[in-house]
Amino acid sequence: MSFITGVGLTPYGKHEGSSTLDLMSTASQLAIDDAGLKRAEVDGLLCGYSTTMPHIMLATVFAEHFGLRPAYCHAVQVGGATGMAMAMLAHQVVEAGLARHVLVVGGENRLTGQSRDASIQALAQVGHPAYELPLGPTIPAYYGLVASRYMHEYGVTQEDLAAFAVLMRAHARTHPGAQFHDAITVADVMASKPVASPLKLLDCCPVSDGGAAFIVSREPTGDIGVRVRGCAQAHTHQHVTAAPALSQLGAEIAIARAKQSAGVAIGDVRYAAVYDSFTITLAMLLEDLGLAGRGEAAARVRDGYFGRDGDMPLNTHGGLLSYGHCGVGGAMAHLVETHLQMTARAGNRQVRDASVALLHGDGGVLSSHVSMFLERVR
Amino acid sequence: MSMSMADKRDWTDGVEAIQYQECPRCGAIQYFQRKFCCACGAPDPTLKTASGEGVVYATSLVMRAATPETRAHVPYNVVLVDAVEGFRMMAHGDNDLAIGDKVTATFRPFAGRLVPYFEKSKP
Repeated sequence: MSFITGVGLTPYGKHEGSSTLDLMSTASQLAIDDAGLKRAEVDGLLCGYSTTMPHIMLATVFAEHFGLRPAYCHAVQVGGATGMAMAMLAHQVVEAGLARHVLVVGGENRLTGQSRDASIQALAQVGHPAYELPLGPTIPAYYGLVASRYMHEYGVTQEDLAAFAVLMRAHARTHPGAQFHDAITVADVMASKPVASPLKLLDCCPVSDGGAAFIVSREPTGDIGVRVRGCAQAHTHQHVTAAPALSQLGAEIAIARAKQSAGVAIGDVRYAAVYDSFTITLAMLLEDLGLAGRGEAAARVRDGYFGRDGDMPLNTHGGLLSYGHCGVGGAMAHLVETHLQMTARAGNRQVRDASVALLHGDGGVLSSHVSMFLERVR
Repeated sequence: MSMSMADKRDWTDGVEAIQYQECPRCGAIQYFQRKFCCACGAPDPTLKTASGEGVVYATSLVMRAATPETRAHVPYNVVLVDAVEGFRMMAHGDNDLAIGDKVTATFRPFAGRLVPYFEKSKP
């Protein structure tokens, strides 16, 4: 068994003058304090990567910088799925008895540490160097391609996608740490600058500075235990050119494996934390995971189903789309928020019941998937 | 005589051609060229030149590019095309292409390179 025992999250947006290591340090200290641990008790460390600080041994660089001498320590790279992949690995490291308290951390000054062009170019490298990159694709274009096909097959409209951006913004407005607090409407999304059709600026997550961390432990350290009930992955391709048909993508495979490993059904889930790099990502993943019928997720958004007071509250911090996206830390904020909800510490964002949560991360162009179920235990 | 990797001369080499590989053992088709078949692992898949005919699978019109070289071409339509030979490829195409359109490949310069560019097939 393993438990999420502490979480830490910085505001996302601009942290002028803060480095990758600064943001990782801040988030780590918050998580360690939240778990009620001393630094010396942390005997495992997992971190992601940073595009502003590329290094072949980032985990040990951070361990030395932060003052840790862990028994288990290395970096993990699965693009946007890195945070959830680290949560899964930390769970397994703890279950295997390799460490008692694993610190999982991601942070990056992705917004102020480089130019926007450099950021877009670095991310576009998930494309194939010979057969895709010469065509000048961008990350929004990869997802734009997927969106065009999804809309074609399932009758989803641009207004449907816009509903997800509006929902994430509404949630972000209730979180002081979110990058964006101005209310937006479907009309605002539709009128925002075209980026890569059918995606417009407000269909895309921003680039942010920020850091996030959590601790995975063998035993709970507080009154409420948040237990990892089960998790699984699926990896079907790297490049969008090589992606399988929409009906065979990795999210469906990962969630099927996770349900089996956890013994949990979608009907048991009370809170959802789902990767939302673009509005289309969120729409597709919700439907792939079974949280909405095919082509029906947007209607559920409009009905309030995914709102704070709805039947399936979703990304109540605002998600990547409006809390922000600092790389590895981006989707880790989803887990931090889930933990706050499950431990009844989400303040004005608190949902009625977050006793069982489903988290899902996606890396590349729907390439790598990690699904995880968390449950609250006393 | 069948061609091997050493004969590869396609658009990625600046030549007006689209090539792919076919496995002599299992028959699998692959577009990203390798020294083996990624379906069964057999070595030396046969190199073939495609007809350039296909059907549009997906499109995305890029309005915001990431480099000065590509920005000069905005807007450009990035498309995924299902070639009649049985592989999928990324290319450029006319801005008004729709999913399901039958298309034919031509080649155009883009950001200092030659890239495949699909137009609607003539009826």
